Parts: sequence; structure tokens; C-alpha cells
Amino acid sequence: MTTTTGADERIKHTSILRRALVRPELGAMGGTVAVFAFFLILAGNTQMFALDGVLNWGTVSAQFVVLAVGVSLLMITGEFDLSLGSMVGFSGMIFGLLAVYVGLPAWAAIGVTVLACGLIGAVNGLLVIRTGLPSFIVTLAFMFILRGLTIWSAITFNKQPVVSGIADISAGDPIAWLFGGKALGGLFVWLGEQGWIATYTRGTRLGRPIVDGIPMLMIWALVMVIVGQWVLTRTRFGNWIYAAGGDPQAARYIGVPVARVKVAMFIVAALCATLLGISQAVEFGSAASDRGMMKEFEAIICVVIGGALLTGGYGSVVGAALGAVIFGVVQQGLFFTNVESSLFRVFLGSILLAAVIANTYIRRAITGER
Amino acid sequence: MSAPILEMTDIQKHFGHIIALSGVSFDVKAGECHCLLGDNGAGKSTFIKTMSGVHAPTHGEMKVQGEPVHFTSPRAALAAGIATVYQDLAMIPLMSVSRNFWLGREPETGFGPFKRIDFRKADAITFEQMREMGINLREPEQAVGTLSGGERQTVAIARAVYFGAKVLILDEPTSALGVRQTANVLSTIDRARKKGVGVVFITHNVRHALAVGDRFTVLNRGKTLGTADRGHISSEELQSLMAGGQELAELEASLGKTV
Repeated sequence: MTTTTGADERIKHTSILRRALVRPELGAMGGTVAVFAFFLILAGNTQMFALDGVLNWGTVSAQFVVLAVGVSLLMITGEFDLSLGSMVGFSGMIFGLLAVYVGLPAWAAIGVTVLACGLIGAVNGLLVIRTGLPSFIVTLAFMFILRGLTIWSAITFNKQPVVSGIADISAGDPIAWLFGGKALGGLFVWLGEQGWIATYTRGTRLGRPIVDGIPMLMIWALVMVIVGQWVLTRTRFGNWIYAAGGDPQAARYIGVPVARVKVAMFIVAALCATLLGISQAVEFGSAASDRGMMKEFEAIICVVIGGALLTGGYGSVVGAALGAVIFGVVQQGLFFTNVESSLFRVFLGSILLAAVIANTYIRRAITGER
Repeated sequence: MSAPILEMTDIQKHFGHIIALSGVSFDVKAGECHCLLGDNGAGKSTFIKTMSGVHAPTHGEMKVQGEPVHFTSPRAALAAGIATVYQDLAMIPLMSVSRNFWLGREPETGFGPFKRIDFRKADAITFEQMREMGINLREPEQAVGTLSGGERQTVAIARAVYFGAKVLILDEPTSALGVRQTANVLSTIDRARKKGVGVVFITHNVRHALAVGDRFTVLNRGKTLGTADRGHISSEELQSLMAGGQELAELEASLGKTV
């Protein structure tokens, strides 16, 4: 199995620029650098880049990242799920009602919620596969169904759209801290004692660090990006994800179980939304029936900024995560710079358009289409 | 010579009232290229799909190396060594040559949750196989979309041969290609044949068929009209058999034998 130098010589002719261009993350990397440069100049002297400021936009970014991981994998298999925003609200509400009204311990409520939402993801996927209808329309239906069920169940059991009292139930639970707690608390106390980070100078929390840990959701986001990117680019299943989106019929003929791959990604995306829904419920101590509104579209924007093609077969988890960070940094950054926040939507629309156009050109560069 | 690897006898396929195939007999031996010629609508596609396990025949017998078989899926046919290369469904353009080559059969390394594709091995073998088929890749990570139509067919053929296909069914591999690319694909067919693969070359182009074929069978209106050996049939005879004789003879007269 020797490769001759005769063929290898041609490798040098691929310019580094061109090779970089066909990597889906490139645009998002450039965008991330640009966004950070922009806010370092405009808001460098505000609290934005102090520790609590970083955690502020970091937490918001992490919420987008968690969804974007699932949405990117699903979009690469060539499908959408517009019901994910509703799923965020739905999962939080189911969890809240099971814990507060049924009286399940938090861990059991979480378990049942995860199972139920995973099942709904599977139903979405199976409906799309069996009927051959576009996932756009099937999941649009579920967007309304799930939102309606969320509001209905809240009103029926609780007489108001917000279920509170979750904090008492999740306190001391063996697994609830995974969704709403903070990590590395000890490290931050130590950093405070060393005088490296800000601590309270008076009051009952005297000497305790102001920032007392990293939100668990940030840890989730980080782990999910690493695992997601690894599965997508390094494993056999990842190869099938690309194939299922790139050309389902060709993939089927060569023996890839396309239907199974697609349904699995519908489940993964639904579980990402569930993670966000439960986390918010534990974090805020309540479940609200309007949570997750518009999140499905925001996640799609993150993924597209991250270089994925709407038509499937191409994209990256890391790119989607960078798209989510851009989203989070800009949304929170405008607050620090006192820019009118409605301009955020103008920015979003513009960057989405720019990303879609850029992605189309990149695809042409890869496939040689004219 | 040797016994056929794949033998199809009196195959019929009905879709409701429509009789797509009404008695097709066809066989292919190791190391030969058997051309199946037919005009549009002759039943070529249905026959390919029957051979490759997409459709089950309504009537007739199918044998692989003398053993009767009943394929229930393309995967079952593939497992029996019958690989099909479809005209435009051969490759996934956005994926690299190497990823395409190994799709569904990726070599793995590592244990448990750390099991991953062995890209070093996959890329090296892909590179080597492509070179053997006369395609010098710049790099195995090159997207298939950057290859020409002929090269894509070649990658698909190389893949089938590498994974041990005994019978290779090629669905109109040259019909969308330019002259030079066609020549490349025809020489790829020749290479596959020399490796002992039985090639079923489906085409409506008599010249392409005559360039590589060892035997020729014409399909017309869902029936085979017999098989001729190389050198025993002329291009004109094949042409008129495909078109069902008469009308074409009249057409040809008016066109001055240019069809």
C-alpha cells in the first residue's frame, strides 16, 4: 500500500485558502472574530468583558448552543424541526406539572419528561419519513400542537400559565442540580480568597465571590459541541448523517439506513430542546407556557451562520456553536453598549442573508455546479 | 466456457395491468461484458431493478452461481455480490471521494464509545484504488462534486469492484458523458472485466456497446430478442432490433444512415 510521489505532488496545488474555504466553520469563525473585535472597541470599558459580564453573554450563548447542536445535526440530515421552540416550553411545563401537581420527585419528573419529549421527536421523524411530506410542514403542525398543549395543561391544572414552586422540589434532588446548578463553585471561592476575582465587600455574603460558579448549561453546551462534532466528523454514524442529507436515495442504494438516521436526529434535536426547557424550569424555579418562543428560528439562524446548507448534507456542529455565540454576544452586547435593542433584529436578518448567500457560493465551489 | 454467475430465466414483471417485462432471459459470466441494449421504454430500468433486488419478479427464475435466489432488498443483492451503479445516484457530491468510497462500510478503529473511522486506512486505500482506475486524486478529501461525470462513474465502479462485486450492473454509465469521459468509463469497464467481474452494461448507444461488449442482448417491449456474440452482429442489426425493425429502416433511408 505505497502511495507514489507522482500522485502526491498534486496535493501542493490545493491552496490553503481554498481548503479553508470549503470548511463550513470558516464564515462563523470570521464572524466571531469580527463580533468580538466590534464589542471590544465599543464596550471594552464596560462590564461586558468583566467576569460577570462574560458569564452573562456566555449563559445566553450556551442556551443557543444547546439548541444549535441538535438543529445542526438534524439540518445536515436534510430536515428541519420547527416545533423545537414549542418543545422548550412543553418540556418545562410537563416537568413542572409532574413535579408540582403529580408530586413526583424531580429526578422522576425529569426522566418522564425526557422520555415523553424524545418520543414526540420520534413521532415527528416517523411522520416525515412515512408520509414523505416536507419536515417543514409536519413540524409546523407540531409547533402549534405542542404550544397549545403547553398552555392548555398549564391553565387546566394550575389556572394560570406559569407553574411555580419547582425550586423547593429540585433542591437537594440527586440529579436536578445537573440542569440548574452551578459548577466549579469551590474554584471560584478559592479564586476569590486569592483576590483574583471580585468578592462581596459587605453584607451577609462578605468575602464570597460575586460570581460563584459556571452555570451547568455552559458545561452541557461545551460537552455537546465536542461530542456532536466528534460523532459527525469522525464516526461511521456521522458519515451516514452527511450521506442522508447529501442524497438520501444514493445513500439508501449503498446500504445506509437513511430513515433510522433521520429519525435519530429528530430525537436528538427534541432532546436538546428538552434539556433547555428543563434547565430553564430548574434555574428559574418555574415553568412558563411562553418559554422558547421563536427559539426554533433563532437556532436555525445560528446553524446557517455556522455554515450549514438548508438543503442538508453539509455543515458543522462547531460552526453552529460559533453561530450561537455570535447570536448571544450581539444580543447581550447591544445592552452593554446602550444600542437600541430592536436593531438586534435588523442585525440578525442581515447576517442571516449574508450567511445564506455565502454558503451558496461555497457549495458551488465544492460541487463545481454552475 | 464457464457457467454464468448470474442467470435470469423468463423474468416477468407486472405492475397491475401493465406488463413491464414479459419474458426476459439474460445471463452474465465472470470476466465478460454482456451488453443489454434497449430503447427508452423497452424495460431496461425495470429489469435492472429486478436484478438488483429493488423489485421482486412476478414470474421467472434467478440464479446466482447456480443457486436460486430471491432478493428482498438492494442490500440482499449487494450481499450476494451483485452491485449496481446508477446513472446519477452513484455518488454524493458534497462528500469527499474517500467518504463516498467507504460509505456504509467505513473501516473503524478504537473501542467502545471511542470507535471512529480509520481515515488513514480509508484514505490510503481510496487513493490507491483510484490510481489503479486511472484517476489521480489531488487528495482523498476532495469532494466528489469536483470530479467529472465520468470520474464519478469510475469511483462508483472502483468501489463496487473493491468490495468484491461478482456482478457489476451499470445503468447507462456513458449516456450523459462527453467523448473523452466515455472513453475513460469504457476503459474502466474493461479493467473491471479483466479482474474477473461479470459486467452488465446497459445502454442505448450501440457504438459504446460494441466498443467493449463480449455479448449483446436486445430488449424490446419487455422481451429479449436473443443474444449475439461479438463479431456475429453488426451495428445496423443491433440498431434495428432495438427500434423494432421496420420504422427505423424507413427513417434511416431518409436520414442517410446517420442514426
